[in-house]
Amino acid sequence: MRATQVVNTLLLKELVSAFFLAMRYFFAPKPTINYPFEKGHVSPRFRGEHALRRYPNGEERCIACKLCEAICPAQAITIEAGPRQNDGTRRTVRYDIDMVKCIYCGFCQEACPVDAIVEGPNFEFATETREELYFSKEKLLDNGDRWEREIAANLSADAPYR
Amino acid sequence: MDFITSALDYLLGIPVLGWGTHVGFVYMALLLLVCLLVFTAFILLADRKIWAAVQIRRGPNVVGPFGLFQSFADLLKFAFKEVVIPAGADKVLFIMAPLITATLALGAWAVIPVNAGWVIADLNVGILYILAISSLGVYGVIIGGWASNSKYPFLGSLRSAAQMVSYEVSIGLVIITVLLCVGSLNLSDIVTAQQEMGLAHTLGVPWLSFLNWFWLPLFPMFVIFYVSALAETNRPPFDLAEGESELVAGFMTEYSSTPYMLFMLGEYISILLMCAMTTILFLGGWASPIDLPPFTWIPGVIWFVLKLTLVFFMFAMAKAIVPRYRYDQLMRIGWKVFLPISLLTVIVLAFILQLTGWGWHGGVA
Repeated sequence: MRATQVVNTLLLKELVSAFFLAMRYFFAPKPTINYPFEKGHVSPRFRGEHALRRYPNGEERCIACKLCEAICPAQAITIEAGPRQNDGTRRTVRYDIDMVKCIYCGFCQEACPVDAIVEGPNFEFATETREELYFSKEKLLDNGDRWEREIAANLSADAPYR
Repeated sequence: MDFITSALDYLLGIPVLGWGTHVGFVYMALLLLVCLLVFTAFILLADRKIWAAVQIRRGPNVVGPFGLFQSFADLLKFAFKEVVIPAGADKVLFIMAPLITATLALGAWAVIPVNAGWVIADLNVGILYILAISSLGVYGVIIGGWASNSKYPFLGSLRSAAQMVSYEVSIGLVIITVLLCVGSLNLSDIVTAQQEMGLAHTLGVPWLSFLNWFWLPLFPMFVIFYVSALAETNRPPFDLAEGESELVAGFMTEYSSTPYMLFMLGEYISILLMCAMTTILFLGGWASPIDLPPFTWIPGVIWFVLKLTLVFFMFAMAKAIVPRYRYDQLMRIGWKVFLPISLLTVIVLAFILQLTGWGWHGGVA
């Protein structure tokens, strides 16, 4: 027993077998996703960057019911409501989300009765300053316009399970 | 006047002045330096790529095709960062330590023959020179750790110094076994000896020259040299000195920017030096593995670089596959396993050589 152990140690048996094992992995296909150039699958339920949606005719969906503001556990949403100048309908004057406070729980989009506030599939919105992460109503509506196609597809893909 | 002209001839020679009698020493040194530094840049990348491949990762692949220019990007990053010198550090020594490490590592390359006659200083005591220079390398580590005036660097440098000193002993004895077979301390002679004698000649198949090289008759010494070289250069699995889980980065902890880069450079150049030593002592230096036309057409320097890269590949693989040793295990292997084995081999081999008359007799020593 001891003799074989000594021989194995001197001949570096474990190192040699480890070498061949390592060479098998060396040529194995790499599971790594080459991130900035190729991206992984994102679920339709993914809760990413927020967006305020519009109806197909261009009217904003949000009716300033403040359910999202009420349910937000991190109190990241601030809404001021008021009648709009031209038609007197109830709209938001201010709709701010502090993305630094936000915990991306998705309660706001669950609470919304008109599917106005949603969390889109975008997760690449890192900024260089903290101020850029205080999203205003314009920024959120702009996000909605930009991501509408993906958001609508994701909502319809998830609809059968709701 | 005579002295000045001959000195200028020796140093600057043909390429610029046009009146020298031989190629200037400065140009040879410059050529080796540039080639070596560029090669080191790619070896650094290869190290990271091999490590990544074994772990089924991609490794650096963004800068240039396949990430080939990653090391140059790193160089720029290091060069443009601020040099932070701790308030409690001994400024002069703190800056001097990486310089010592890098200079000594580069200096040792002066006696490495990369092809027949392609050597800057064809010393008769080349091996002694390398042993001396690589022993001095410990100073860079100790001074760096001490001058940082901080706990982790100090512990790291103590460990590193102890480790380098203990493995130098077995490396020295392994080298002695080769020297006994060759009878010369000149590195070029060691390679020539491996071409002119050996197992292939004894077996009557002189064209199978890879059998000639000392790796086969001295195989246990070859293995000991490989492992000791890993330990000597503080490579994993013997990188206790900079074990990041316990000592942050060992003696380099307080270093940043260019001084840190110099430490890294010195470390990788001495790793390459150890690879070159393995190539020369055991793998026949610039000799082609099979002494037949298609192989002998390839220049010796290419064979040398190929063998060096192969040895480095084994170094990189050892880093990827072997877990780090405990410090007492490291010391035990060095003093209680390698030292007795190599000492015994030296004595037994000396007897065998004396009795059989085997060995190379073309040398001058």
